Amino acid sequence: MGAIMKGSKNTPSLEDLAAQTLDLAKAQGATAAEVNAGLGHGLSVTVRRDEVETVEHHRDKSLSVTVYFGCKSGSASTSDFRPEALTEAVRAACAIARHTAEDPFNGLADPEHLARDIPDLDLYYPWQLSVEEAIVLAQRCERAAFATDKRVSNSEGATVTSHEGFDVYATSAGFLGGVSASRHGVSCAVLGEDEEGHMQRDYDYASVRDARDLPEVEVIGRQAAARAVRRLSGRQIKTCQVPVLYEAQVARSLLSHLVSAVSGPSLYRRSSFLLDSVDTAIFPEMVHLYEEPHRKKAMGSAPFDGEGVETRTRDLVTDGVLRRYCLDSYAARKLNLVTTANAGGVHNLMVKPGPEDLAGLLRQMGRGLFVTELIGFGINGVTGDYSRGAAGFWVENGELAYPVEEITIASNLRDMYKGLVSVGRDVDYRHNICTGSWLLERMTVAGS
Amino acid sequence: MATDILHTQNLARAQDFLLKPAGIGAGELEQVMGRMLGHHVDYADLYFQYSRQESWSLEEGEVKSGSRHIEQGVGVRAISGEKTGFAYSDEIMMPALLDAASAARAIARGGREQTLALATRHGQTLSLYEPCDPLASLEDTAKVSLLEKVEQEARRQDPRVKQVMASLGGSQETVLVMRSDGVMAADIRPLVRLNVTVIVEQDGRREHGSAGGGGRTDYGYFLTEDRALSYAREAVRQALVNLEATPAPAGTMQVVLGPGWPGILLHEAIGHGLEGDFNRKGTSAFAGRLGEKIAADTCTVVDDGTLPGRRGSLNVDDEGTPTQSTVLIERGILRGYLQDRMNARLMGMAPTGNGRRESYAHLPMPRMTNTYMLAGDTPPEEIIASVKKGLYAVNFGGGQVDITSGKFVFSASEAYLIENGKIGRPVRGATIIGSGPEVLTRVAMVGNDLALDSGVGTCGKDGQSVPVGVGQPTLRIDGMTVGGTEE
Repeated sequence: MGAIMKGSKNTPSLEDLAAQTLDLAKAQGATAAEVNAGLGHGLSVTVRRDEVETVEHHRDKSLSVTVYFGCKSGSASTSDFRPEALTEAVRAACAIARHTAEDPFNGLADPEHLARDIPDLDLYYPWQLSVEEAIVLAQRCERAAFATDKRVSNSEGATVTSHEGFDVYATSAGFLGGVSASRHGVSCAVLGEDEEGHMQRDYDYASVRDARDLPEVEVIGRQAAARAVRRLSGRQIKTCQVPVLYEAQVARSLLSHLVSAVSGPSLYRRSSFLLDSVDTAIFPEMVHLYEEPHRKKAMGSAPFDGEGVETRTRDLVTDGVLRRYCLDSYAARKLNLVTTANAGGVHNLMVKPGPEDLAGLLRQMGRGLFVTELIGFGINGVTGDYSRGAAGFWVENGELAYPVEEITIASNLRDMYKGLVSVGRDVDYRHNICTGSWLLERMTVAGS
Repeated sequence: MATDILHTQNLARAQDFLLKPAGIGAGELEQVMGRMLGHHVDYADLYFQYSRQESWSLEEGEVKSGSRHIEQGVGVRAISGEKTGFAYSDEIMMPALLDAASAARAIARGGREQTLALATRHGQTLSLYEPCDPLASLEDTAKVSLLEKVEQEARRQDPRVKQVMASLGGSQETVLVMRSDGVMAADIRPLVRLNVTVIVEQDGRREHGSAGGGGRTDYGYFLTEDRALSYAREAVRQALVNLEATPAPAGTMQVVLGPGWPGILLHEAIGHGLEGDFNRKGTSAFAGRLGEKIAADTCTVVDDGTLPGRRGSLNVDDEGTPTQSTVLIERGILRGYLQDRMNARLMGMAPTGNGRRESYAHLPMPRMTNTYMLAGDTPPEEIIASVKKGLYAVNFGGGQVDITSGKFVFSASEAYLIENGKIGRPVRGATIIGSGPEVLTRVAMVGNDLALDSGVGTCGKDGQSVPVGVGQPTLRIDGMTVGGTEE
């Protein structure tokens, strides 16, 4: 179970393939090389209006190789594992390396940072799910949605998915690590319709490593239905500046923008609104952000990062102060810093929850906008300017007054982070970034 | 080159390339089809694909990284009524194909294996681009030096240019579709793209600008008509405009959209909502509205997959249907949906050549190709002169739509205020939100300056990405919500 160093009972051949590829790179004259290889399979079944809509059998297979000739590098990938395809991939990577420029920061991770023990993080729980069982689960989920409210008029369906895979990372310097992981989910999206025939869609889902941790599928269906019908008969509001409460599942996006702004490429390209911000207060004092990569069964857990560097619990923001950037070895060398094990992204970025649940945050806000959905990509990572389409609810006296749609919310991310009033304890654990809802002091809402 | 000759060549090349090495001939294809076509399976298809792609990227004046990717496989689909069974394999070999066929056809119970002789016929196809190999169209050293020239051109424009990132990408995709109705069609699809992003800095304030283009051709495209260097100049121009920009206003106002890429409005507000799957299921805000007036009389919108060399064009779609020009809105009236074969059949309509998939490992869906509005007769200067106070948006980043509520957004990356009929100061951070079924009823003026985008669009739906194009003339829309920060 979980992470396996060598001699995996699952797919030992993947490690052999990685080793063969490294040998091919060496034979082509590469001074160093690294290989990522993955093999997975899964099932996805969608039921719509009680009838089976799609049954998809997935098989994923990929191998990518990066070769180094001194400080020059090239990459290639293939989905074909036959020896001739691996040879062609290595040759293609070497051909590219001949034309790229010397980059002194290039290369494998420094050996002293590599993971030595690979802890079992409890990520692998295969689910012997038959197509028939998946159909029944999806039907139960969707039926519960329709039974929740008469205004549920249509459905995009309920889907049950199961996936498991094994990934290996190996380098010419002798690192070899493998992780088996599974991911299972149930989702449901339904439509509500009001008296005037206007429709609203919303959804709910669960995503877990171990199918035994899934909620009853009916819960997902009922929640999807409740979310869809509560949006019915939404209206625009007048343009105003008000406090805004981001529901946990949309608050997560504010942390994604933060991660992107403090990640290597944004920094060395000087294209981030958070340049030179380490050791400065970017949030109010109560804010604490940290990565917890070894959290058991969590969606973002990893014993080592994308280049074999050991992951461990690390603060990102302490008492509102940015403590570090998110770096891989390349960015770290370029910035004259040390890797933070973030090759491939963050691993379970957690926000310390505050004392209030969602109802408490609504009461705390009193009057303002509660945002449950965001659309569009109006984020300028260079300046922090932020303007996105939104839908949600107008809040009066701490309670939802009526649904709101066709509005935008705008500010600057720097001001939004500084203006974070409270973080809820309603933490959404379904992703790699886990947070409760966020109450922000003030944003511009554009409407009629 | 005559269409049928090219077509035969494409089919022969695809067969030689995809099927022959695996020893797959007519008999083998019949065997696979036979495994699926019981009496409960109405339709089945096999989609063979081989693609090669590469990308080269430059930063800090040097091309420091590049990658190549090779992908091949076969997707096997069986349809029974509204049910779809789907499996795929990255091995184009008979045992894997038969396994996939068994898995796919399990969707329909009670079907029996059939022995059938498919009357194979060659599907119709167009000839919108040469079956060239972009990767081989330029020496690797020339690809590197092209990016270096782009970088130098950008830096030469202005000392405030601090960073230049440029990337060059190309791919060639060979696809072969075998359908249970006996049609076999193939396509060889080249695609190239060049992008430039610059960061400019002045008095501690930084901004960025981006430009690029491409199409279904080879890298020679960027060397002609000064294209590559013009992208560099455009990216710098845009970044410098944004350096001067002040926060955009917030509220509902008159909006003038420039020609070309702002046609993303049509893609989001109209196009997605007219895709057949959403309308068959009744989940689109446009469902059941064919024949209704949903736009001003001056608005005619088409989706046209037949424009030679365009990024969104295809000789045949991924179900072997030749692409076409489909009228979506004709003088304000909703006329048509975008269809793949399954949704067309279930809705009793004709396929429109819009069945597309990201790869063999994905199911086809109705998708757009090149979506644009036909030109009107008003000169653009007249349109701007007609606005007392409003927003003039000429460049956009991405957009998104909720097809059920019809609400869509798209974010301006270059916009100006209009005051008393004149273009005024640049503004930043303007996201525009509207309602798809309503927005075109508010089109007050349509320019005579139809332009298509430069070939940069990628559309995402259900996790699948496909290249698309958009276009429009200058439009004045009376009453759109602009999401800046200034009240």
